[in-house]
Amino acid sequence: MEDYLSLFETYDVLAAFWINIQLSFWAALWALAIGTVLALFRISPIPSLQWFGAAYVNIFRNTPLTIILAFGFLGLFSVLQVSLASDLNDSLFRIAVVGLAVYHAAFVCEAIRSGVNTVPLGQAEAARAIGLSFLPAARLIILPQAFRGAIAPLGNVLIALIKNSTVAAAGSVAAEASGLMKTMIEFRSDLVIPIFFTFALGFVVLVIPIGLLTTWASKKLAVAR
Amino acid sequence: MRKTRYAAAAVAAVAALTLSACGGGDSAESEGGGASGSADSLRIGIKFDQPGLGYDEGGSYSGFDVDVAKYVATELGVSEENIEFVEAPSANRENLLQNEQVDMIFATYSITDTRKETVDFAGPYFIAGQDLLVPTDSDITGPEDLEGKNLCSVTGSTSAQKIKDQYPGVQLVEQPGYAECVTAMGGGQIDAVTTDDIILAGLAAQESNAGKFKVVGNTFSEEKYGVGLPKGSDRCEDINAAITKMIDDKAWEEAITSNTEGADYTYNAELNPPTPEPCA
Amino acid sequence: MSAQQVLFDAPGPRARRNIMIGNIVGVLIALGILAWVIQALAEKGQLEASMWTPFLEARTWEFFILPGLANTLKAAAVAIVTSVLFGLIFGIGRLSHVTPIRWAAGIVVEFLRAVPVLLMMIFFWLALGSSGAVPPQDAPFIAVVTALTLYNGSVIAELVRSGVQGLPKGQREAGMAIGLTAGQSLRSVEVPQALIAMLPALISQFVVILKDSALGFIITYPELLQFMRRLGVGEGNIIPSLMVAAAIFIVINFGLSSLATRLSVLLSFRTKGRRPATVEAVALDPAST
Repeated sequence: MEDYLSLFETYDVLAAFWINIQLSFWAALWALAIGTVLALFRISPIPSLQWFGAAYVNIFRNTPLTIILAFGFLGLFSVLQVSLASDLNDSLFRIAVVGLAVYHAAFVCEAIRSGVNTVPLGQAEAARAIGLSFLPAARLIILPQAFRGAIAPLGNVLIALIKNSTVAAAGSVAAEASGLMKTMIEFRSDLVIPIFFTFALGFVVLVIPIGLLTTWASKKLAVAR
Repeated sequence: MRKTRYAAAAVAAVAALTLSACGGGDSAESEGGGASGSADSLRIGIKFDQPGLGYDEGGSYSGFDVDVAKYVATELGVSEENIEFVEAPSANRENLLQNEQVDMIFATYSITDTRKETVDFAGPYFIAGQDLLVPTDSDITGPEDLEGKNLCSVTGSTSAQKIKDQYPGVQLVEQPGYAECVTAMGGGQIDAVTTDDIILAGLAAQESNAGKFKVVGNTFSEEKYGVGLPKGSDRCEDINAAITKMIDDKAWEEAITSNTEGADYTYNAELNPPTPEPCA
Repeated sequence: MSAQQVLFDAPGPRARRNIMIGNIVGVLIALGILAWVIQALAEKGQLEASMWTPFLEARTWEFFILPGLANTLKAAAVAIVTSVLFGLIFGIGRLSHVTPIRWAAGIVVEFLRAVPVLLMMIFFWLALGSSGAVPPQDAPFIAVVTALTLYNGSVIAELVRSGVQGLPKGQREAGMAIGLTAGQSLRSVEVPQALIAMLPALISQFVVILKDSALGFIITYPELLQFMRRLGVGEGNIIPSLMVAAAIFIVINFGLSSLATRLSVLLSFRTKGRRPATVEAVALDPAST
């Protein structure tokens, strides 16, 4: 037990989790923004935009995140020499955020589209009847209801995003939780089980409340029909 | 035309594999097995992804570790075609030996007292030192020039951490492999890569990197590369004799030169070639 | 319902013109992005012939792409079988009428669904490697399959549960009426029907398994990504190599996803009137990588 507690003096586990939370937070914001635009593309009347949205979703949903993040470091950072900050490690952190956002945007798009599917036909027809064209109808009538219907699937995307932030170690952010866990086990292989459960419980504590919250919110905010 | 046909055949093969994958999971045969104890064949652990030392060329293996392994095996009476090379990633080396999955390991394996508790070592057959790889036109000559520069190494590597502790102004980037570091340095985003000098030389000697990088040649540690053996192995004396013979008949020198060609690298002549340490 | 047709009126002449303009602008922007990417890659010499010719050589396919793909498919295939088994056992466990079993299965499933697959993989890899319980060479493979099974098996258990709960009550009542016990009715009446209804979602989960097998790269399992990285190191074309690896994954996964979509259309007559929304929501689970 003392051995176990001494681990926390040597390694800053909370700092590692904090990095995962930051990664997830920024990636979630960007993924939500990109995903909403993509969903608009996919339900828009313009064929080229529909096609673009569908192509984006099919490409990024079917590519392993590991490859996307490796590509972020090797492609964007190394070869294309994209720098997103003057400080090297900030730049790598932001590139990991971009990789996570780009990947999860495809799922956000699909979640919102499934939300759109919960909006009854009559709503769109009523919007058209009062003379709203596509963008106002989407902004005022369809999307507000669609977002409510999409809360549960969006919550699932957020949970997946938090867990997937561990893959950032494969890209370039080595200080996050999975990287630290690996280092800790390599140095203290006698404590492999307590170390694993520490990190696993950390994620349980992060993820389960989000699941409960989104389930509650999706019921609370559901459009009464 | 021939090449297109190959490509077409390969695409067909992929399609076939994909189809069979949908068919279910009956293809799960386990590979590997116990190490063979017989003296006329050997299972040797090497790196598969370390160009210039141990590298899987696709069907054949190249590098300095591989050349030394082949020479030693021949001296032990095992011909080249009876050697089976097995991948020995750094994290697995002790386990591979303890479970006798391999007969010996040539994989940039430094002799240390901690490791000696669980495995035996023959050699050393090379003494490497931590060094820096920099672009050819760089003016970095040692770790003291790294202040404010971007340094890349492999995740969890102690060598990079040492520099970081000594020179806090260094920006350290950690990557899964040195290849990633070298790619980033090729793009100009990284100023230096650090690890053992011969590993750096092997990376710089790759065809695609030829002429782009140089090894600084200012080593600041001593890593004795040994031949890892299972505890209590009786092969140590024979291996040491083989290494000495390899050094004497210049095959050792040749192996280093041919594997680091184009890297602008010379090994530390004060320490090399080494004299094998007496066996335990 | 399909939103596509109802969000806008059948376009008149002016709307048609606007759509046309929008279409052209959209195409131009897409082409612009594409051109920028190509130009950026070309500027750094990534489009030179020497970067791509290795993929036309038989050697590349024989020793890098095909062995890597074979290992990826092997891990995925084994994990698919074991995850379905795990999912069935724990899914039925969660529906059990014995409270302790239901609770235990629930806790296991919820825990495993909350833990990142990568953490499990690293844990099994290092724990198995140092315990000596399995040959060290097999440890990465076993770790990949175990981690994929525990996570995806839990998701499948949830699919089974929501599939059974989505069935009309009458199914169980009919089972009981012909003298089956609750457990028998579950196993021989309800679960088989739920399995058919959840087939599309199940196949989507196979896509997740295949994608997640690429995490094996981090724990030295020689799957496709690992081989392509090695190829890229040797040929100095790591970016083209990653692109080819991504393309292979996209082709396979796109095929599986299309199969899932087609199946869900085919099966929609069977699931009509039940609660397809539940299954759909689970199918959207982005899971990991």
